[in-house]
Amino acid sequence: MVCGVEEMAERRADDHQSYEGKIRIPSGCAVAGFINKTGERVNGRTIAEMMALMKERSNGLGAGYAAYGIYPDYRRAYAFHLILADHQTREEVEAILARNFRITEGHEIPVRRTGRNKKAPLLWRYFCDPLRLDRDSALDELLLATTMRINRLAPRASVMSCGQNLGVFKGVGDPEEIAEFYRIDQYHGYSWIGHGRFPTNTPGWWGGAHPFSLGEIAVVHNGELSSYGTNKSVLENFGYELSLRTDTEVMAYAIHHLRRQNMSWPMVAKVLAPPHWAELERMAEPERELAAALRRIYGGLLMNGPFSIIVAFQGGLMALNDRLKLRALVAGTSGTGLYLASEEAAIRQVCPRVEEVWPLPGGEALICCAEEESACHVA
Amino acid sequence: MIRTTVGGRAMKVIESKGVPYRELNREIRRLVAAGEDRLLLRGVNGQRYIGAGLKGMARLEIEGTAGNNLGAMMNGLSIYVHGNVQDGAGNTMSGGEIVVRGSAGDITGYAMRGGKILIQGNAGWRVGIHMKSREDQPAVLVIGGKAGDFLGEYMAGGTIVVLGLDTPLHQERESANPLIGNYLASGMHGGTIYIRGRIPAWQIRGQVQTGLTTPEESPPLWNWIEQFAAGLHLDCSGLFREIFTCLMPQGARPYAHLYDHSA
Repeated sequence: MVCGVEEMAERRADDHQSYEGKIRIPSGCAVAGFINKTGERVNGRTIAEMMALMKERSNGLGAGYAAYGIYPDYRRAYAFHLILADHQTREEVEAILARNFRITEGHEIPVRRTGRNKKAPLLWRYFCDPLRLDRDSALDELLLATTMRINRLAPRASVMSCGQNLGVFKGVGDPEEIAEFYRIDQYHGYSWIGHGRFPTNTPGWWGGAHPFSLGEIAVVHNGELSSYGTNKSVLENFGYELSLRTDTEVMAYAIHHLRRQNMSWPMVAKVLAPPHWAELERMAEPERELAAALRRIYGGLLMNGPFSIIVAFQGGLMALNDRLKLRALVAGTSGTGLYLASEEAAIRQVCPRVEEVWPLPGGEALICCAEEESACHVA
Repeated sequence: MIRTTVGGRAMKVIESKGVPYRELNREIRRLVAAGEDRLLLRGVNGQRYIGAGLKGMARLEIEGTAGNNLGAMMNGLSIYVHGNVQDGAGNTMSGGEIVVRGSAGDITGYAMRGGKILIQGNAGWRVGIHMKSREDQPAVLVIGGKAGDFLGEYMAGGTIVVLGLDTPLHQERESANPLIGNYLASGMHGGTIYIRGRIPAWQIRGQVQTGLTTPEESPPLWNWIEQFAAGLHLDCSGLFREIFTCLMPQGARPYAHLYDHSA
């Protein structure tokens, strides 16, 4: 259960040996998500079932889940979920946390260590209150700086999530394995997102599994970002350090950065997947000017390459495809639920009486906020 | 094995709910090889490759949502889906037919070279990409609803028809045709596309020539609409006087100089 860096590296090598090249499934990653618009909390079994239906889309090198609303008893606390190599690293991380936060509670995340996951790293969570809090933006900076400081220790340590009432559970394994490992059925959230990974360009390791999360947002992503280098160099100017060796990290930080500027979700989507210049030419004037300004100012955060993403944030979900629609993403509604998945069948699996299903067009965000946002928001 | 009678004919029923796709397809192949000519798959939800690579005259009826690559590389089967199909239906199929009561996902008819795909509802993005056509059994894809961007991308042969059955068209000049997205016929160098209504130039990406026609003036278009109506038991006679835009590549080598020094 306790292991050092070499051992962790060795384990990752094991994972590669046992999977890379031996299992070949011609498919992409799987993403799924849902939100209950009334803020009612739903058991994590549902998202695990959606992911299980799409199991052919991942190859066992990464899976994960994120949920909002899972810690009602600690809703004001910042819940740091951490991946740690050993207890020595844990002490280092605690010291980093203690610089800016008061740790009110800290314990190992309850997991089932069976089979391949016997060798999983330490997984720990801390509920923290900020020590000095002047303004809201200062808190954003605090979370950002603390997360970056901890991630600097990667692969020995990395932050899975650090938001209020939010938790990310991820690791190397199939979506079903990871759901079982973290006992996802023990949690209830008003929104859930899930991911099954089929890594192509970057290693499959614990910190590289999705969702990627920072502050109030968590992202799952199917695709690959060829603009990674450009995005990285822009984000580095704003205090982000890219240490997790997976392209999706830039997506999470870009969204975090844009939200820090108080940008609305539709605008965030227009930065990540802006209309083509040819489309701008056909737009009417006030819109055209806005779209052109966004491209000029935030061009470096345009995400190039195929992607479909689902973003969980406090009180809502956003789904977005790249503007050429190179990945599949389907939405469905049923009563107070909105469902999203790479495949329609995943929606029907958990919601057989789905009222309407439709594919998401390229570059057009679907944003769904809980009607009673107060039910979801931290007061 | 359960048998049921549909439309006065006996059908073998395969309960497919929760059955992994490999197992399900093994069973279908076994039954088709044993000479079963009518199969009903109940409770399908996302199983992929159904009917893939099969030959023969068997008819497969599917209840539920068929998974990716339905009927991929098949040659001769007749598949009827009471529901939607996900991405890649008819991928590289050589013959036979796929009839869908609901809607179809992205890359429907990807590189198909023969046979028919009839979709009553909408179809996704990049439909008919790399489509070709055999001389003895032409490839055709008819969409009753709308289609997304990149329809007929790199198309090399065959016919695509978009009807927009439930969509009224009162287009103003230069406004978008609502039945299709952007980048229509990107890289098209063979075959024919018929879209109901007029299409402004900016919606078309390929180097194609366009013309206006009606099913009454164009016997092949009339024929495909009739086959669509018959396959799905619909009345499409109201379409015969409607205006369609017909797209064909410009000459035999529309992109001859795109990649050389003269470009």
